[in-house]
Amino acid sequence: MNGSGAQVRGVQQVRDPQDVLVRARGLQVHFPVRSTGLRRRRTGAVRAVDGVDLDVRRGEVLGLVGESGCGKSTLGNALLRLVEPTGGSVEFDGTDVTALDRRALRALRRRAVMVFQDPYASLDPRLTVGQTIAEPLQVHGLHPGAAARAARVAQLLELVGVDPAAASRYPHEFSGGQRQRVGIARALAGEPDFVVCDEAIASLDVSVQAQVLNLLRSLQRRLGLTLLFVSHDLAAVRHLSDRIAVMYLGRVVEVADAAELSRSPQHPYTQALLSAVPLPSPELERARERIVLTGDVPSAARVPSGCRFRTRCRHAFAPCPEVDPALQDVGGGHTAACHLHGVVGLEDPRAVRT
Amino acid sequence: MTDPVTDPVTGPAHGGGTVLDVRDLRVRVDTARGTADIVNGLSYSVAAGETVAVVGESGSGKSVSVLALLGLLPGHARVSGTAAFRGRDLLAMSEAELRTVRGNGIGMVFQDPMTSLNPVLTVGRQLTEGLLAHGRAGGRKAARARAAELLADVGLPDPRGALDRYPHELSGGMRQRVVIAIALSGDPALLIADEATTALDVTVQAQILELVAGLQRERGTGVVWITHDLGVVAGTADRVLVMYGGRCVEDGSVDDVFEAPAHPYTRGLLGALPALHDEDGADGAPAERPDLVAIGGTPPPPTDLPPGCVFWPRCPVRGDERCATEQPPLVPVRGSGPVPHRAATFYGERLQQTEVGA
Repeated sequence: MNGSGAQVRGVQQVRDPQDVLVRARGLQVHFPVRSTGLRRRRTGAVRAVDGVDLDVRRGEVLGLVGESGCGKSTLGNALLRLVEPTGGSVEFDGTDVTALDRRALRALRRRAVMVFQDPYASLDPRLTVGQTIAEPLQVHGLHPGAAARAARVAQLLELVGVDPAAASRYPHEFSGGQRQRVGIARALAGEPDFVVCDEAIASLDVSVQAQVLNLLRSLQRRLGLTLLFVSHDLAAVRHLSDRIAVMYLGRVVEVADAAELSRSPQHPYTQALLSAVPLPSPELERARERIVLTGDVPSAARVPSGCRFRTRCRHAFAPCPEVDPALQDVGGGHTAACHLHGVVGLEDPRAVRT
Repeated sequence: MTDPVTDPVTGPAHGGGTVLDVRDLRVRVDTARGTADIVNGLSYSVAAGETVAVVGESGSGKSVSVLALLGLLPGHARVSGTAAFRGRDLLAMSEAELRTVRGNGIGMVFQDPMTSLNPVLTVGRQLTEGLLAHGRAGGRKAARARAAELLADVGLPDPRGALDRYPHELSGGMRQRVVIAIALSGDPALLIADEATTALDVTVQAQILELVAGLQRERGTGVVWITHDLGVVAGTADRVLVMYGGRCVEDGSVDDVFEAPAHPYTRGLLGALPALHDEDGADGAPAERPDLVAIGGTPPPPTDLPPGCVFWPRCPVRGDERCATEQPPLVPVRGSGPVPHRAATFYGERLQQTEVGA
């Protein structure tokens, strides 16, 4: 252990914090904006992901939070090369995934997978649940032979808490929570190392969300998965994650240990975001100080100069429109991209409790 | 024409008293799979200036219960009971009378602003339409001026400019503000918000919740807030009604229901929520988080409700035979204030003595 602040919690094993499975550097995904009419000239770009540096450590759950349009889903897709990055690099286990040929990309597809938000939309209604789960096994040539595949399907269903006898049934016969379990079983079929869960619990009711959160946590621990949990639900992210990254308008603006982030957010956006999360306690709700942001998130096609949060930031001052702040260490491996850090004599942003 | 602005001497525009009084509301629908009992004997009242939250998961009947009040259910739905709005029964009104009440006495805000707004009409047109139809503005010009005022009230930047814009040109939060402005244009005594902030981001939700609370203080509007989000309830409601399987399983003041929940379902919902903040462990570091206490199973279909307690098949308490065969009535449980705290369970007082999630 090199003592640089790896958080060891509960039953989890000691990990080397430098053991990075997925590394993004300067990652960009820009979508062209074209003029209307015949020529459709390129007139600008939606900067969905706009210069993201992010490390996902082997065996951790990294939460990725942000509001709609912040680019968190696009980032998750870009890490798996489900959308093509327009700049920067993504390394998966030491290999640059932006340069892979088709064959190598297929190998990546087995090791790095996605669990989608809507299990109904992501499961083929004409395939039985068993066929759906067997598909990746066939594609990757795993467990060859019908009998071996069926056995593996049964094992996977059991793993996610669905009766293996249900393999012959169709998605519409399942409840939302059961369908999401099937989606997870399919994702795990090829024994991946890295799983991106993109709003995987967003369409489920509270009581069912808890079942799926518990399942994800136990699978991650039992199988040693590395998980990127993308969600707008901060409490769920906090519950599941070891570390949390916060995105705003295409950029990661803060990364910290999960408990540390919810206790002591350092970026003014994270502070506002946390303070806006309704807490299920009338007592806490009355006592808290809520930072209500004014205005809307600017369009990703017109990102403000300098700090992209400055148009809504209550602390904005001289350097903010001029200089784009980089992520910097604010102590103990906690990083934030804000000019308030490193400027002496200003109001301490740490003073806010949410 | 009454002035909707609050008079500091006489108090809120809508005075005191009960705005809405719902008694034994029932909604049944005949389906191919049999008769669906969607709402089964719901009773509650809303006082002026008060927020009553109706909480429940999908399929609990919470949305249908308000659509029934407003006469917005399809014709084959059988609605019974009474719903007195300022003393007059909504369920006995003709369609013409209801149309006057909707948008004039009762404002409505639904989850998705795009389905409430007409995509081919400008915001100004949609706002003035209601004002002119209900005779709340002299002419087009006056209506336009009033519409701009309303948009300013709901915190829309550049309200005059917004009048000439189409819904798709606005963000989700802005659209929902427009819907709220339309709902408020009739200066309603009652605002019904059905998952009104569910589709919005938390920071925008915070803006909208603050906006509604402010308008409510100013005008004394009664609010029925329908949501699945217990956090929103804790922050906005005075009283809470928890629905499951079309029934009210628990009601009371927001403090009683959150601090001493009595029904196993309410307790289950609260236990299933992940906490945002951590409790400190013995060494000062955050304690290891236990698994969430999920409620097993899924809600019963409305065509096949259990004969006894609706929650019995999923209930972790599972008392005795009685629960399976006898419907527990809504009875008083331990509460702290003037608002009665009630729960439809045989085990309420006993459960209240233990911690949620224990």
